[in-house]
Amino acid sequence: MEINAFIIFIASIFTSNILLTNFLGMCSFLSVSKEVESSVGLGLAVVFVMTLTTALNYVVYHMVLVPLNIVYLQYIIFIIVIAAFVQLTEMMLERFSPVLYYSLGIFLPLITVNCAILGVSLFMIIRDYSFLQSIAFGAGGGLGWLLAILALAGIRQKVRYKFVPKGLQGAGLSMIITGIMAMAFIGFSGIVVIQ
Amino acid sequence: MITTILTTIAIVGGMAGFLALLLVVAEMFFANYGEVIIDINGKRKLKVKGGSSLLSTLNENKIYLASACGGRGSCGFCKCKVRSGGGPLLPTEKPFLSPDEIKDNVRLSCQVKVKEDIAIIIPEEIFNVRQFAGVVSKIEDHTYDIKELTIQLTQPTEINFKPGQYVQLQSPRYGKIKQKVSRAYSISSSPDHTDYIQLIIRRVPDGICTTWVHDFLKEGDEVSFTGPFGDFFIQDTRADMLFVAGGSGKAPIKAMLEYLDARNSTRRMGYFFGARSRKDLYLDDLFATWEKSMQNFAYYPVLSQPTEQCEWNGRCGYVMPYFDEFIQDVNNTEAYLCGSPGMIAAVVKYLVSKGIPKEKIYFDSFA
Repeated sequence: MEINAFIIFIASIFTSNILLTNFLGMCSFLSVSKEVESSVGLGLAVVFVMTLTTALNYVVYHMVLVPLNIVYLQYIIFIIVIAAFVQLTEMMLERFSPVLYYSLGIFLPLITVNCAILGVSLFMIIRDYSFLQSIAFGAGGGLGWLLAILALAGIRQKVRYKFVPKGLQGAGLSMIITGIMAMAFIGFSGIVVIQ
Repeated sequence: MITTILTTIAIVGGMAGFLALLLVVAEMFFANYGEVIIDINGKRKLKVKGGSSLLSTLNENKIYLASACGGRGSCGFCKCKVRSGGGPLLPTEKPFLSPDEIKDNVRLSCQVKVKEDIAIIIPEEIFNVRQFAGVVSKIEDHTYDIKELTIQLTQPTEINFKPGQYVQLQSPRYGKIKQKVSRAYSISSSPDHTDYIQLIIRRVPDGICTTWVHDFLKEGDEVSFTGPFGDFFIQDTRADMLFVAGGSGKAPIKAMLEYLDARNSTRRMGYFFGARSRKDLYLDDLFATWEKSMQNFAYYPVLSQPTEQCEWNGRCGYVMPYFDEFIQDVNNTEAYLCGSPGMIAAVVKYLVSKGIPKEKIYFDSFA
């Protein structure tokens, strides 16, 4: 069935948010969500990397892997493409935006192993998206991830000034908040559903 | 079957190789900043290759800013003023800079990357700082955890410094330690001896450099250090001098007193040495001879936890209550402190509450 790319874009932000419905990309989601400022930075980096690697992987998959009949290599090839692309992004950031480069610190290389990025590339193959649909899916997935981390960072900044029982401090409370956020996002499911 | 495996390897290898090549080309393009000019104090201009940190670029040009952590941005020693061209202040620097310093464009030189023409201001003394090589001619055990090294200089063969300054000793890779580090230690010998320096080094549990000194370094070994650094000097006044330092903090005080003794100083001086028990006391004989040779110098060892075996009849407890024995006129007293940040903060607070002006309290704080 041919789904409109725009619908995929909206759906991957809200109803099938890669983080809140598939729970992919949790590690950097939890570790970089202490400050709104740095979470925006990382979120934007994810949007950028996710959109472009999805496009790149689409091309690689359909132009290289399928003709050569080595589709089973998609996992390893996708990871290599993502890794190289993140390296490139890192170099450009260092040159053109040192503040962002230093505030992301070790988290930029973390994007390389961010499962959300690989996940989006793999979903795109499983769901048999076209090129346009894939780009919409990548961009939407990235924006959805940005939205989720931004929301969590905002909540965590407030929580810092509240009394939190010792056992729940840090990751514990973040997981609970994430769970509630995931449930709240179910509210969007009336808009549109894609699979 | 075998062809499948081979083609697979070839394709994966080919793609990885292609991407690696792409990255190398990109690096040449993006990370190439060409030649840039560093303007130092408006007097000297250095033409350097851009791309690395200001600290290491200056080091390569034989200008040694102080740095204890080796450029990782964790010690905050390598501060310098950047007048232009340093890029924006980075989050990694902020914790080390006071609001006044930020307003003054002070930066951590290990975090500033040289990407364009840059103008900096560094103290003139830094030009005296050099890299020295020497041979350990003597290692003395002062206590169970304090050693004093004597380093005979070989290249260059002379050093000029002021008593109270420190050097940065470089420890090599040894045992399981895979990195070279440099750590700051005060010079404990007098600047009247220009051909050697002495360092008093206390063992820090799991310390990289101190473990090397205590367990690996032998007499006859070659070592290297940079220096001299620091602004912990004797003030040229007639005021009474109150020295407070425990443990290896004795080093700069020893250098100062040896220097003053050689000049037959008649200033009123008192040195309060705080230690836990008798086994932490050292160089007492030397300070006793100075008590005789300098009529106005007194040495006050104080033990905080003397045991039965110590057979100690001297002062007990913390050093601070005993300052009253020495201080006569708070407006004519200078204090010289050397020790941990916690000890310095406590003593400064006490002295200020006694009425000694803050600007007359000089200290060398080591973490």
